[in-house]
Amino acid sequence: MAGSGTAHLRDGDIVMRVENLVMEFPVGRTGLKVHAVSGISFDVVRGETLGLVGESGCGKSTTGKAMMQIPRPTSGSIKLDGLELTTLGNEELRSARTKMQMIFQDPISSLNPRRIVRDSVREPLDVWGRGSKAEREALVDRVLESVGIDPQRAAESRPHQFSGGQCQRISIARALVLDPTLIICDEPVSALDVSVQAQVINLLEDLKKQYGLTLIFIAHDLAVVKNISDRVAVMYLGKMCEISPSDDLYARPAHPYTRVLIDSIPVPDPSAVLADATTIGEPGSPVTPPSGCRFHPRCQFADDICKSAEPILQDIGNGHFVACHHPLEVPVSIQSR
Amino acid sequence: MSELQTEMRQEHQPLLEVTDLRTHFRTERGLVRAVDGVSLTLERGKCLGIVGESGSGKTVLSRSLMGLLPSSNTVTSGSVKFEGKEILGLPSKQMRRLWGREMSMVFQNPMTSLNPLMKIGQQIAEPLNLHLDMSRADARATAERLLRDVRIPEATRRLDQYPHELSGGMRQRAMIAIALACGPTLLFADEPTTALDVTVQAQILQLIGEQRRDRNMSVVLVTHDLGVVAGHTDEIAVMYGGKLVEKAPTSVLFAHMKMPYTMSLMRSIPKLEDPSHTRLATIPGRPPDLVHPPKGCRFAPRCAYARDKCITEEPPLRQAEDPNHSYACWYPVGSPEFNQREAELNSGAVPVTLEAR
Repeated sequence: MAGSGTAHLRDGDIVMRVENLVMEFPVGRTGLKVHAVSGISFDVVRGETLGLVGESGCGKSTTGKAMMQIPRPTSGSIKLDGLELTTLGNEELRSARTKMQMIFQDPISSLNPRRIVRDSVREPLDVWGRGSKAEREALVDRVLESVGIDPQRAAESRPHQFSGGQCQRISIARALVLDPTLIICDEPVSALDVSVQAQVINLLEDLKKQYGLTLIFIAHDLAVVKNISDRVAVMYLGKMCEISPSDDLYARPAHPYTRVLIDSIPVPDPSAVLADATTIGEPGSPVTPPSGCRFHPRCQFADDICKSAEPILQDIGNGHFVACHHPLEVPVSIQSR
Repeated sequence: MSELQTEMRQEHQPLLEVTDLRTHFRTERGLVRAVDGVSLTLERGKCLGIVGESGSGKTVLSRSLMGLLPSSNTVTSGSVKFEGKEILGLPSKQMRRLWGREMSMVFQNPMTSLNPLMKIGQQIAEPLNLHLDMSRADARATAERLLRDVRIPEATRRLDQYPHELSGGMRQRAMIAIALACGPTLLFADEPTTALDVTVQAQILQLIGEQRRDRNMSVVLVTHDLGVVAGHTDEIAVMYGGKLVEKAPTSVLFAHMKMPYTMSLMRSIPKLEDPSHTRLATIPGRPPDLVHPPKGCRFAPRCAYARDKCITEEPPLRQAEDPNHSYACWYPVGSPEFNQREAELNSGAVPVTLEAR
């Protein structure tokens, strides 16, 4: 779509279900509002990895934080294991949050620079008073080892003594100690070198199996997202464009915006023909989002209907949904005619 | 000598000629050998990509060439010739004549490299005033034209805006406008797109390429991403542990990479064609400590193809089949020893690194 709709929501063992999420923020005292997220819905099945992609300002990080209720959404429903989070009281919410953890983009600034790394990793256990002191220490050792950090070194060092990739491993360990159901990773590898990026992605894949995790992976690089995700949701200016099993999304991208994102990925092959980037443009303002389909000012296929009517997510088969008036793939509703 | 002859001589002389450049930093821990004997040349109008991980020395190399390092704890040696003149170690008073007019730089993070308290127009006009003695009115008109050149929409309005009012992509365009303002012959772009979205990255790289062709400017593109340099450079230099480990024309490098390090970097990039959950190849370990670099090949401790000789003897930079292609490796990709180890690795017969063996 940039559009709305809930046709793509599933039944079954759902860990996280977001319905019609709206996040708005006031702009100073102007009376204007930033429409960061404007009615998106998605769900994540147990053991699945959902990728959220889009450019800066598309609302992907806001969505990630909204799931943690930081801050509480303007409207919409967010359910973790069937528990509605938006109406929970503060104390109940605090305890529900132990089931969800977040990993952030900048691994060095998301760790307290003045604390011994091991203490940072153990702190969630101390806060919740889990187990005896010895049990906590043993658990911290185990988790640090599973992310590839020497517990001994962690007991003597502060974050600046580790590299960016190691700090990200430490952040992952800190997220793991409370044995969460869901981990929300917000651009966890975009600040890292390609070689380190590969290590962290492989680590997340291993830990997902080992700890039975469900992941939400937020990033702007489609190649990375495709590698780690089972399903991918493409967002644009606070709306959902397309959601699909990740291999199908790359095999037949149906939204013109998805096509643009795929064409922008640098290919490590000098003979590859580079798409002309001059026509890509930049996202509009979330303060005054475009009418109809929010992508229409940048879309080469846009016509009058795109300016006036908001497209709704429709099924194009194989669990693949697109919100576009002129999708690049034929919707099921027309196929059957 | 007639003007024409002078011009012709300049055409044949490389724009930049670097010989055995060493940049070492004095620190409490000892001497950090950040750049340790790098030689390269850059022709006029060409684009050179410098690729490597964090800590490979690529940023220090480009800053050494620009003369942007603090003098207090830096020890440099070797030679950097710009248009035939030695510029290494020139005092900044003299370098200032080159900065802006002859060489300029685009930095990684546009938010921290632009002055947050100064309007965009003033920031572009500043080098025009300073280096070209342009009047205020002329400088403003030129600034507006530059903003159009780098495709910032509504250029006139943007002149009076502050950096925080611009998007990340537009800020980087403004940075490029500042760097281009005085018409430099050499542009350094140090990770110009790392902080940006992929869509904006594609646009910025295309913009740098267009400006290079329009102005017959040389560009040094520094990045950690082989994908970024593939489509936008004529030649690539791969750095590891402060040294140049492979250098070749772009198409030759991608077709016949010799250094296992270059190959490993290449393999760690997630590929769109691969099905999801394809296991990514990684490079185990970390870049070497440049205070105490390994004795032999600096990549050996992390290299899956290393043998005893790699630990004890440092491989020299030698020429490959293509005369413009050189690499520093005892057992390059395609050699019998490499192929043998590759077969062993595939069958799981040997551990991946020498340390583990």
